[in-house]
Amino acid sequence: MQRILELQPELVQALLETFVMIGVAIPLAVLLGTPLGVWLFVHAPGGISPSPRSHAVVSGLVNAVRSFPFLILLIAIIPFTRLIVGTTVGTAAAIVPLTVNAIPYFARLVEQNISQLGIGAVEASRAMGATRRQIIRNVLLVDARPGLIGSITITTVSFISYSAMVGLVGGGGIGDFAIRYGYYRYETAAMLVAIVLMLALVTIVQWGGGRLSRLADKRV
Amino acid sequence: MPMISLRHVSTTFPAARGEDPIRAVDAVSLEIPQGSIQGIIGFSGAGKSTLLRNINLLERPTAGAVHVAGTELTALDGEALRRARHHIGMIFQGFNLVNNLTVAQNVELSLKFAEVSEKAERRRRVAEALAIVDLADRAETYPAQLSGGQKQRVAIARALATRPQVLLCDEPTSALDPATTATVLQYLADVNRDLGITVVIVTHEMEVIKALADHVAVMEDGRVVERFPAAELDREDFAPRTAIGEYLAGGGIRVDRGGRAAADVAAPEQADRPEQTEQTASHDSHQLPEVVG
Ligand SMILES: Nc1ncnc2c1ncn2[C@@H]1O[C@H](COP(=O)(O)OP(=O)(O)OP(=O)(O)O)[C@@H](O)[C@H]1O
Ligand SMILES: [Mg+2]
Repeated sequence: MQRILELQPELVQALLETFVMIGVAIPLAVLLGTPLGVWLFVHAPGGISPSPRSHAVVSGLVNAVRSFPFLILLIAIIPFTRLIVGTTVGTAAAIVPLTVNAIPYFARLVEQNISQLGIGAVEASRAMGATRRQIIRNVLLVDARPGLIGSITITTVSFISYSAMVGLVGGGGIGDFAIRYGYYRYETAAMLVAIVLMLALVTIVQWGGGRLSRLADKRV
Repeated sequence: MPMISLRHVSTTFPAARGEDPIRAVDAVSLEIPQGSIQGIIGFSGAGKSTLLRNINLLERPTAGAVHVAGTELTALDGEALRRARHHIGMIFQGFNLVNNLTVAQNVELSLKFAEVSEKAERRRRVAEALAIVDLADRAETYPAQLSGGQKQRVAIARALATRPQVLLCDEPTSALDPATTATVLQYLADVNRDLGITVVIVTHEMEVIKALADHVAVMEDGRVVERFPAAELDREDFAPRTAIGEYLAGGGIRVDRGGRAAADVAAPEQADRPEQTEQTASHDSHQLPEVVG
């Protein structure tokens, strides 16, 4: 208990780092992953504007990034990280690989969400003389909204856990705290506290996301 | 000049592997006078939906010419085609509403797509369209809270909001019970009479044609095999020329049960069920009983 109190400032610091990493990486992933997911849906074979060749290329790229084990991706894109944030260590440097991984992750979820919607409203919109952009904005993204909120929740939860690995580049965060104290120094109590904090964080995100998604869903 | 004219319209879908291409619409010519109601009837797969979708080029014909309100749609694409579609409403069997938008927002959608940019004007026209289908009081509800008939009325309002000249209907009542069907058909009749909108309705039920249409085209294998004024259906001595026309006009479902008489197998509780009463067309489904038949 004494030890926990001693470590309190570091714990708070770690929590803040997690908030920053997730708070930057997830909104960026949503901002960039949504258009990418929509693009994948629109240009898929059988989509509303098929272009199988470029779809195959982009889809392949998405799969490539997704299939990289996160730790390897973290190392592999170090030059890119330096280019973007000017450094390769620290929380800012950790945000880059997290975002790079989260964009295709979220894009796939967006694509899946949209393709689960019935084609009926799109048909009706085409008959009403809607442009492709209007159909995406006013119909597809509107009906996909509850699913998208669910996808943001899943992505956030996954990346809270991924962010534990960014200790490797000095990213910090609560997961890294658990590894440093629990794994390297055998301070079980410190590790347990960190894990409980992560569990609480994940629970809150999951609960809040579920609630928001239900509120947005007008299908029942 | 007819409101809609199809000249030698054909639509061929590319062949699936190892199969012949599908000629869904085969050299159909049809003229639909302004202000009339044209019925198109036929069995599943006859090509009715494809022909209807040829009219607004939702499915571009592979051959032939389509004119609507004097404009050759088959000569248009992109922006020009989209603009032409603002004057052609369409409703569907599955209603095709946006579930996460309210009734009013759904209706407003067609106005947004038609680039009615002024918000106040859109609101006015939404109210006007919802009044036509007697759903003004449901403007803020979501589709999930409506009955099938009400959903179809929202779809009608959505199609009417842009004040189209033509309304295309693809089996608009096939998902509805007979009482609700009567209600929806009544609204279509009113729209046709009061607003002068030309209506094209695809169905596989002659009842619907009888109730609503001025002219009928019978389709089979992509071709219009027979056409006659719908009023003929009421004549005692009316005899369709084709077997399919006769079958559809005859109505009723015939099932071969291997020689067993229906009475032999009728369950007792079914046998003493009261006669189904004739449903009359009423204007508002709220007043109709929920359960039919
Ligand atoms: N997009 C498509 N691609 C390939 N074949 C199609 C397509 N749309 C329709 N067809 C085929 O064209 C034929 C006519 O279909 P259509 O949907 O027009 O018939 P329908 O008369 O409307 O039938 P239903 O009463 O079942 O709605 C069918 O054989 C169908 O399988
Ligand atoms: Mg059909």
